[in-house]
Amino acid sequence: MTTPQTASARDNRPKLLERAMSRHQYAGHALIEVLHTAQELYGYLSPELLEAVSRKLKLPPSRVLGVATFYHFFTLRPRGERSFVVCLGTACYVAGALELLEILERRCARSGSTSPDGKVSVDSARCIGACGLAPAVIRDGRILGRVTAARLEAEIEEVGAP
Amino acid sequence: MNVEELDERQREELERLGRASERLYCCTAAGCLSTGADRVRRALVEEVERSGRAGSVEVCGTGCLGLCGRGPLVRSSAEDVLYAEVEPADAPALADPAGRAALAERRLDGRSPFYAHQTRVVLEHSGHVDPERIGDYIAAGGYAALARALSEMTPEAVIAEVRTSGLRGRGGAGYPTALKWELVARQPEGTKYVVCNADEGDPGAFMDRSVLEGDPHRVLEGMAIAAYAVGAQQGYIYIRGEYGLAIQRLQNAIRQAEREHLLGGRVLDTGLQFRIDLRIGAGAFVCGEETALIASIEGQRGHPRQRPPYPPEMGLFDRPTLINNVETFANVPPIVERGGEWFASIGTEQSPGTKVFALAGHVRNTGLIEVPMGTSLRRILFDIGGGVPEGRRFKAAQTGGPSGGCIPEEHLDIPVDYESLQSIGSIMGSGGLIVMDDSASMVDVARYFMEFSKEESCGKCVPCRAGTVEMHEILRRLARGEGRPGDVTLLEQLSALLKETSLCGLGLAAPNPVLSTLRFFPEEYESAVAAPGSAPGDGGGAE
Repeated sequence: MTTPQTASARDNRPKLLERAMSRHQYAGHALIEVLHTAQELYGYLSPELLEAVSRKLKLPPSRVLGVATFYHFFTLRPRGERSFVVCLGTACYVAGALELLEILERRCARSGSTSPDGKVSVDSARCIGACGLAPAVIRDGRILGRVTAARLEAEIEEVGAP
Repeated sequence: MNVEELDERQREELERLGRASERLYCCTAAGCLSTGADRVRRALVEEVERSGRAGSVEVCGTGCLGLCGRGPLVRSSAEDVLYAEVEPADAPALADPAGRAALAERRLDGRSPFYAHQTRVVLEHSGHVDPERIGDYIAAGGYAALARALSEMTPEAVIAEVRTSGLRGRGGAGYPTALKWELVARQPEGTKYVVCNADEGDPGAFMDRSVLEGDPHRVLEGMAIAAYAVGAQQGYIYIRGEYGLAIQRLQNAIRQAEREHLLGGRVLDTGLQFRIDLRIGAGAFVCGEETALIASIEGQRGHPRQRPPYPPEMGLFDRPTLINNVETFANVPPIVERGGEWFASIGTEQSPGTKVFALAGHVRNTGLIEVPMGTSLRRILFDIGGGVPEGRRFKAAQTGGPSGGCIPEEHLDIPVDYESLQSIGSIMGSGGLIVMDDSASMVDVARYFMEFSKEESCGKCVPCRAGTVEMHEILRRLARGEGRPGDVTLLEQLSALLKETSLCGLGLAAPNPVLSTLRFFPEEYESAVAAPGSAPGDGGGAE
């Protein structure tokens, strides 16, 4: 269970995933927990990964795919090295978050996808609960508050988008 | 640890805290962290060391101090005041009580309007307790309510106390908490579950996140008391995957509580056995609905199911299950400790207690507030919130997120309680409160929420799956000013259909933002049909 570009003798991710499954005694009801761990380790859920999970937890592949595609959190495609997530919660929306998303879509990639060079992913979030700082953007896991168009442009320069 | 040892431990912890003459509490909730609170904290620690005050001044972290819009915030325990917009460079001035005159302009005390009108029950430890230290919580009287319940009260007596308090579910629907507890307690003995719903999904709501980040032990204690009252052995906290910091604090708190025998095999050396595990949500709004939440804990797609049977009879893994919201559980320890009558004396007769709101949008003071039920919206928005920033006019307040409605100026004097909000077509909801000024187009706001419901509809029942798509299409047209004659009637018909035939709360409540904006701002809909392109506001037709 490896992804081609990262497979190596020192790759201990299969072991870590195995440990997560055994912690839950390979119970089918731990599927979502296991998928969380799998995505954390590999960055995304490849078909091979889903198949392996289905085998180990003794669940039909359709059930595993069904769950993986139901929840927004899981992604079935590789993500960029860097990421921008624009919060589209109500407070951010009325503070002009759409404009920020448009900038990112113009400069990097469409929302929900990754730039052609595989570098930057752009996404929107339902609400990250940082309403006091609207509009908010998460760059590489860090929350940026009261983001202006100019600040966002500067952040985009910083991650080296094309 | 047993009950006597808990008392002893509290004395020790109080003594420890008493050794420092002052503690500087740095807000370490998500809002302040994103404006650099961790750098402020480090600078303060270094400064205190450098200036040789380490013995008398202690720097620690604490939960949300409320005024998120002016973070990072630091509270001084000796002065009982807050300092706003603190930067690392302010550390020398803050660390030395004599140097604080320089910060006078950013000094806020309890008399400032933002704090003067608040009553803190759920958030009482914010600014007083370090969420990462169980000792701080015990020093503040934490787990004493659990000890009291286990040593002095029968499970029936605990439920009776909750009944006296009149506590109602804080997740939004306002169902009497004691009734739910009784239903679960009445089921035959055997495996039962207590589930904490921390899948805070409404856009514009961050109350539960702040409670979990700022006072995780309070929620664990409330769950343990509930477990004793209903006879459950296992608890789950179902929390949004987006809430990384809250997850981390909860994991830490559970570990600490287990080590001290406040959770686990023999709680406080009594017969109570209660473990709590986290279940991390994976981003599906519908999972806030209780039967969908149960399906998700079971590792399935988050589809709701027909009720009855209700979860108290047949819930998680088909066993009796008590599901309450974060804020509901956080209200339980003070009720057990100070008595149901004390709680009932706060708020109104029908809606006792307080409510935490996340105040955001076009308002001066954004942040987390807690007020007695029955406080008027005007007081919340204008006295506490400071009103709409210069140059704009208030237009509407939105409560209840995608299941709620927009409240116009003329209804601002209604008291905030479950029934009053319902009477004007909105709902209490979980506590998101968004202020909109006259730049907001109400048609676009309705479109925004319908898009949300459309995206989040799980697709199981047809009225919701297809109805939200249709309604969103019409609203999109209207928001662009391209409405057709009959569109408004069609919206009303579809609203009625969804309200009558949807399977769960998501579909049943999805038309609310449309109906309330239609009721209070009909002219905006009319102009969107009659004169193309003239809808007020600038957010229209965006997609």
